[in-house]
Amino acid sequence: MSVVQARNLSKRYGATVALDRVDLDIQPGRIVGLVGPNGAGKTTALKAILGLAEFDGELSVLGMNPRTQRTELMQQVSFIADVAVLPRWLRVGDAVDFVGGVHPRFSREKCQAFLARTKIQPTQRVRELSKGMIVQLHLALIMAIDAKLLILDEPTLGLDILYRKDFYNSLLSDYFDHEKTILVTTHQIEEIEHILTDLLFIKEGKIVLNATMDDVGERFAEVLVNPDKADSARALKPLYERQIFGKSIFLFDGIERSRLAELGEIHKPSVADLFVATMKGTYA
Amino acid sequence: MNTNVMSSNKFAWLLKREFWEYRGGFFMAPLITTLVMLAITVLVLLSAEFSAHRHGIQLGGMNIDQVIEHVGEGDYTKVHSAIDIGLMGMSAPIGIVFCFVVFFYLLGALYNDRADRSVLFWKSLPLSDIETVLAKVVMAALIAPLLAVAAMIVLHLGFLILLSLYSLFRIGVHALPLLWSPTHLVALWLKLIVAIPVNALWALPTIGWLLLCSSYVRSKPFLWAVLMPVLTGVIISWVNLLQSFSLSGWYWQNIFGRVLFSIVPFSWLRRITLTDTPDSADDDLRVLNHVLSLDSISAALAMPSLWIGAAAGVAMIAAAIWFRRSRIESYA
Repeated sequence: MSVVQARNLSKRYGATVALDRVDLDIQPGRIVGLVGPNGAGKTTALKAILGLAEFDGELSVLGMNPRTQRTELMQQVSFIADVAVLPRWLRVGDAVDFVGGVHPRFSREKCQAFLARTKIQPTQRVRELSKGMIVQLHLALIMAIDAKLLILDEPTLGLDILYRKDFYNSLLSDYFDHEKTILVTTHQIEEIEHILTDLLFIKEGKIVLNATMDDVGERFAEVLVNPDKADSARALKPLYERQIFGKSIFLFDGIERSRLAELGEIHKPSVADLFVATMKGTYA
Repeated sequence: MNTNVMSSNKFAWLLKREFWEYRGGFFMAPLITTLVMLAITVLVLLSAEFSAHRHGIQLGGMNIDQVIEHVGEGDYTKVHSAIDIGLMGMSAPIGIVFCFVVFFYLLGALYNDRADRSVLFWKSLPLSDIETVLAKVVMAALIAPLLAVAAMIVLHLGFLILLSLYSLFRIGVHALPLLWSPTHLVALWLKLIVAIPVNALWALPTIGWLLLCSSYVRSKPFLWAVLMPVLTGVIISWVNLLQSFSLSGWYWQNIFGRVLFSIVPFSWLRRITLTDTPDSADDDLRVLNHVLSLDSISAALAMPSLWIGAAAGVAMIAAAIWFRRSRIESYA
């Protein structure tokens, strides 16, 4: 069964179409990156999945309707919506007690074990913590919940690289397993591309790329082409072209390797390059 | 796991959370008011002792010197009449603080967490919007008044202890049985406690209106909550100038007053009519006994306006729960 299944998922804000008849299936045990420029519909999609906003079309999350079965759904779904959304007046110890009190799948032992690795003290209030520590606390609370689906919306925004690395390392080594699914959005794609199993690109409310990372490696190729072969490269309809040191770099989708090898040196494109190529013209 | 146990537990946690967040208003404010009143009592008693004109010195509507005189005379009824008035008068500041605390608590209850986005954290937990909002209603309607009454009881005891010390010094040990009448005190406290649910029912339109504003507005809940009813009233009053039919008096009393000021404890007293109304306010004790009686409570419960207001309050609370579902963003 799909963890998330959407058919014709749409959402309008007045004249703006935030989601345009999106079809989507997310399978269990995957780490899916949902990537798109600002205003592409990422947050709208996540809000719909979390039952935080109305939508048109069909959407089922873990077999439940996120609008009508939200409370039930939240026993199986966790999310970190944004950095620093923990209430500033809350004490760390009280936060652990509270989540333990209201969440049947929360493990206090796990949470305390995560917190023991940080400098956070149970008597501290959230307002006394640094931004990075607040994220550590939030992560400790969420990772101690045995949820089937974890949704992360820009969880590391504004954090330094040490905290960011630590965040994703903890997720991979201490949380993720084949029964869990993680759906993550971030602008720092290069930092998470090695942990993703699936990639979803969203542009102007539409899913423009939906592929596993293995597929991405097979489908897309970047070729460094000398000027004399640039025209024949262009004939193969590259997704994108940029210049570097007098040579051109072309990005191709689904062209045979043997043909590309004649043009020049083949590289595996980074997700960031793929993103730029796919999203060109977005802000124009 | 038994779901009933889980959800009643959840509700207890939700109440605890409200208490953690607003501990200053619900707990510290009445406590500090109590301590201030006791400090004032000490000062008044000291100055009464050292002042040449101590006959005029009053505490919470109670003339200290008269009480001591009555105690000296052994006049039981007069002592208690004076003490009751003193105790209630001294409790008034706790009631006033309570009104402010609850008013601003309700205005912020469904808004502050949207303004700082922490609503997204609460919404990531398996808590329904109904439970969340009802916890806030229970906090404002029952728990906050209970804490205020508890503070009043502490104040009453502290005040009587101070008065006893003073009497002991002025009159002697035989004064103490006159000052302390446990049945009398317990009766007074019971009335305060029994009145809590009646006050709560009466307060529902204000609770509902403030929660509705708190849940609905994207910014400035105070302005919305206060300006809307004021402007409506102004418009009605202005239109009335042109018509013979007068709606404005009715509006100010039954809508404006009810959506903003019904959380004032015992504000329903002005509305009830009792058969045996004291003729004048001269007899303070009679008035006091009269207003704080089971008769007045049953008279309040017989008022249609109490029930109509309560129904309107429940409807507004339901609307607040509905808006809590999707109005997550604020402009703050």
